[in-house]
Amino acid sequence: MAQLFSRGSNAFARMSIVLVLILVGTAVTILLNTNRLKYTSDVDVAKKQPVPFSHKHHVTGIGMDCRYCHTSVEESAFANIPPVETCMSCHSQIWTESPLLEPIRESFRTGKAIEWVRIHDLPDFVYFDHSIHVSKGVGCQTCHGQVDQMPLMWKVNTLNMEWCIACHRAPENFVRPKEEVFNMTWKPVDEHGHNDQATLGAHLVKEYKINPSTDCSTCHR
Amino acid sequence: MSSMTRTAHKDGLDLAAIRERLSDKDGQDYWRSLNELADTEEFQAFMHREFPEGASELSDGLGRRKFMQLMGASLAFAGLTACTRQPQELIVPYVRAPEQIVPGKPLFFASAISQDGFARGVLVESHMGRPTKIEGNPSHPANPRPGAKFGPTDVFTQTAILDLYDPDRTQVPMLNGLSSTWTRFRAALAIELAKLDLDQGAGLRLLTETITSPVLAAQVQDLLKKYPKAKWHQYQPNGRDNVREGSRMAFGEVVETQYDFSMARRILSLDSDFTAVGPASVRYAGQFAEGRKVVDGKKNEMNRLYVVESVPTNTGAVADHRLPLKGSQIDGVVRAIAQALGIKAGIGNTHGNDEWVNAVVKDLKAHQGESLVVVGDHQSPSVHAIAHAINHTLGNVGKTVTHTAAVEANPVNHQASLDELVSDIAGGTVSLMVLVGGNPVYNTPSDVDFESALKKVAMTIHLGPSQNETSQFCNWHLPESHPLEAWSDARAFDGTVSIVQPLIEPLYSSQSAHELLAMLLSDSRQGYAIVKEFWQARRPGVNFDREWQGWLHEGLISDTALGSVTVRLKGDYGTPVLSSEGLEVAFRLDPTIGDGRYANNGWLQELPKPNTRLTWDNAALLSPATAEKLGVKDDDVISLLVDGKSIDLPAWRMPGLPADSVTVHLGFGRTVCGRVGNGVGVNAYALQRSENPWQASNASVTRTGQTYKLACTQDHWYMEGRGLYRTGTLAEYEHHPHMIQEMGHEPGEDASFFNGIHTSEEGNAWGMSIDLNACNGCNACTVACQSENNIPVVGKDQVLNGREMHWIRIDRYFKGNLENPELYNQPVPCMQCENAPCELVCPVGATVHSKEGLNDMAYNRCVGTRYCSNNCPYKVRRFNFLHYADDETEILKLGRNPNVTVRARGVMEKCTYCTQRISAARISAKVGGVELKDGDITTACQSVCPTNAITFGDINDPNSEVSKLKKQQRNYGILTELNTRPRTTYLARLTNPNPEIAQNG
Repeated sequence: MAQLFSRGSNAFARMSIVLVLILVGTAVTILLNTNRLKYTSDVDVAKKQPVPFSHKHHVTGIGMDCRYCHTSVEESAFANIPPVETCMSCHSQIWTESPLLEPIRESFRTGKAIEWVRIHDLPDFVYFDHSIHVSKGVGCQTCHGQVDQMPLMWKVNTLNMEWCIACHRAPENFVRPKEEVFNMTWKPVDEHGHNDQATLGAHLVKEYKINPSTDCSTCHR
Repeated sequence: MSSMTRTAHKDGLDLAAIRERLSDKDGQDYWRSLNELADTEEFQAFMHREFPEGASELSDGLGRRKFMQLMGASLAFAGLTACTRQPQELIVPYVRAPEQIVPGKPLFFASAISQDGFARGVLVESHMGRPTKIEGNPSHPANPRPGAKFGPTDVFTQTAILDLYDPDRTQVPMLNGLSSTWTRFRAALAIELAKLDLDQGAGLRLLTETITSPVLAAQVQDLLKKYPKAKWHQYQPNGRDNVREGSRMAFGEVVETQYDFSMARRILSLDSDFTAVGPASVRYAGQFAEGRKVVDGKKNEMNRLYVVESVPTNTGAVADHRLPLKGSQIDGVVRAIAQALGIKAGIGNTHGNDEWVNAVVKDLKAHQGESLVVVGDHQSPSVHAIAHAINHTLGNVGKTVTHTAAVEANPVNHQASLDELVSDIAGGTVSLMVLVGGNPVYNTPSDVDFESALKKVAMTIHLGPSQNETSQFCNWHLPESHPLEAWSDARAFDGTVSIVQPLIEPLYSSQSAHELLAMLLSDSRQGYAIVKEFWQARRPGVNFDREWQGWLHEGLISDTALGSVTVRLKGDYGTPVLSSEGLEVAFRLDPTIGDGRYANNGWLQELPKPNTRLTWDNAALLSPATAEKLGVKDDDVISLLVDGKSIDLPAWRMPGLPADSVTVHLGFGRTVCGRVGNGVGVNAYALQRSENPWQASNASVTRTGQTYKLACTQDHWYMEGRGLYRTGTLAEYEHHPHMIQEMGHEPGEDASFFNGIHTSEEGNAWGMSIDLNACNGCNACTVACQSENNIPVVGKDQVLNGREMHWIRIDRYFKGNLENPELYNQPVPCMQCENAPCELVCPVGATVHSKEGLNDMAYNRCVGTRYCSNNCPYKVRRFNFLHYADDETEILKLGRNPNVTVRARGVMEKCTYCTQRISAARISAKVGGVELKDGDITTACQSVCPTNAITFGDINDPNSEVSKLKKQQRNYGILTELNTRPRTTYLARLTNPNPEIAQNG
């Protein structure tokens, strides 16, 4: 019986193997990188909130400290979203007629809570704790970005596990002096204006006994 | 243990062959079930497979191709879901933040939970207003643990949290089965009260359960003052009638008897389960275990426990000598002992156990003033009276035994009280009946026809947490607030008063008993005012508010324990009982669902019952010999006939029961109960007679020919009989302390290629030690773990498939012969092996070792291959086959621990030494800039354990409690020959037998 395929078809066979490999490789690369995209993780996306609260105005404009509202950040896992009462401590005096603040006043009147849209939302199987990070010299800005420049809130990091682990493996690249944790504009520079994170970080890791764990049970349980 | 030449018996068990096999065994042989001994095919199949045949396969007719299609599609979707964006979530902060609450940090409130009216002190964990976990109050006398953060509790106190979130609770007042309102009820009540005013309340009857609450008792007295012709009745089926009558017989008055087991060197228990049943069981279990503590290098004196019992109990399992006798034979034994001590209580009868009884008497005599005789609630009044006399004669009163005035507000005979009520109704004098709790239509003996009596009363009002058999026949059924929702107070076993404070607003439109009584008294106050003003009137003073805050903070009023009273023996001990020759039935409250009130609690229904390890059912328990005589096998449905009444229920053979005795547990067969408890088991109240509710003679058994599969966890997780449970006697141990460790084989340090891979010298290294000398198998650890770790209930069908989810189980072993084996209980959590076999086989790295020695389990990473469970020699991993967690019932979500994931289907789960508690303690130490101290972290099982059997801590710290225990000669690990290097180790059990009594006696 004559050959079914000509010699030339061997090339097709070889090519198809290569093509399959390329296709599979591409598919895997796409899948692996999808979660790293800003699009899928909502990075840099400001979301509509019931009240257009501006961190920029309150922090940069007025000079409020993070902890005026996020009261439990130093002692609890949860940093706390302030109760309406906290808003009203000023807004019962100023901007009392502002239509933008009507939902705040209504909530205060009726007792029905305001439903804010969550920006930094970890999956439910991740147990993050603010207090330990803050007390070991991880600045607010390190994870949340220049909140003092945000008219509406958005996130600047993916909050993927890869991103968490990067710091847990090498905290010296990120830590700052404890007294600068709530400083939004702090930069790791020495007296000559050079970036000093490498030496400062190594020193702080030793001083603060920073020994972050990468065990699963540190965050998952 | 198991010989290499196994022969499988196809049908049933050959008891003769079993006995022969047992007689060949030497002393250290253990067995777990009759099936194991007989080597049945079923048992073989169960043992060789991790789950029974077919348990892991689809059985709903789904073809292989269809299955592959579905799986392919779901796999693709599962992959793609990773690419989707997270759903948008909301944050809903407070409008006005409550004081004290720091979001993310739990608060603990002291309160009390009552069972049978008697308070247990608790500390309740609350997350932003949601109670999630109950711990014991360490300074409360009913469950003390001085110096600890949390005290122990029993199983019922642990599970009270689930009752709060029971989805079947009544939500609004019901009038003749239809929803109504409190306003309408008040209006209807006003009309009734106006009628009562005409004749001084002659038609009013109040029926309650046992009351110790001073406030409620005062309210009842006020009611009786307002309506002098009204009557107050009490009924609760818990056997306390015999205790009260026994006291009346002995002393002419009802006194409370308290024991001090810490002072008792010799203890004789006559059908008493003092370590697990009763208002002070947690305290007693702890004291008893403390008296058996053995520490190397000290002169060790263990107490000695003799038990005569008709039903194998937790207490029987920790006895040094256990004598199974029929309930009616105990009368003879106690009279024989009394006779030997010179008490004139009639002629005794040891039922052929002269040697045993004489040795016990001699031992008791040698320990006058430091011995103790304790009688089970269900025993007859005369046995109670004689035991009082024995304690007096032995000089124990004032030392190990104290009498105080009655703690109950009015210690009446409940059966007589109920009978009087029923006859009053029959006489037509009752026009308004108010039932505060209780379920007498269901839980009364068969000769009390409460249902038709109830129907004769013109107006009936029932207050209760949910609808039951009684409320369905009442005009009004009113929702009762849970103890975590309402203000109240209650007395503990010694009279100490605790203020019960609510942790949450009532979830539904419910009221407390105090508020109902206030309505009857035309008093418009709510619970807080009622309770606080009552105490303010009793403790006048300028600083009352401060004092009140102190009581709430401490969880008790410190100076309210009752003082001891002096009593005189009357010398009346009743007439000797001729023990019945025929088959005798012993009725008992179920060890997990009580008299039926806990039947809708899934945790309790699924909790394997002590010793039998049965779940979700009651059975007629028979000794193997009796079963053989009757021709009955496990799961055979038998018809049990007593006095012309009969019930059909499945039989179960329980080694260690006396011959010719059947034990039946009450509390099952509820019909109006809820989604969990309806139709579970068989109602045994139908056999009970009011003249002797706990015992019935001349019973007969016939086989119905049917079978009913009982869900027993006994054969599950079988461990092939390696040296898992190690025991010895105290004398042997003192003589040869290495004996325990010589019972197993320890591999050397060089036994692995990967030397020291999982041991860390730096930082913390967590380890656990479980003292088998203390454990009595009470199950509190299992249920505390369930509460702490959001462990789901799986249901009977799933238990039959071996899929129960408990992370810590109690293994039960028998040793010795079939008639009177020794009973051993061994709690088994994850061993946290340093060389963990499970970790090596996980293809996705979902279970890996932490630096601190935990065998971490990342649920979100698990893909459900089950290789780890297959490779685990301890069988402590649990696979979530069918998404057991209930996501649909909203109310259940409130009760879950927010710090532990609710696991989904297809995920392996297991104990990680309460890693959430470790994390919280570690973080708070680091934030505070201090080192973790020993005792800062307690696991849920550890803190709940009544006997302090479980110790957890850092084994890198040589001074930690756990390190010290691990250095004891009694310390051993299980299956260490596999070089798993378990972090959980055991302290072997020691017994202190009387050399004058032959073993197995």
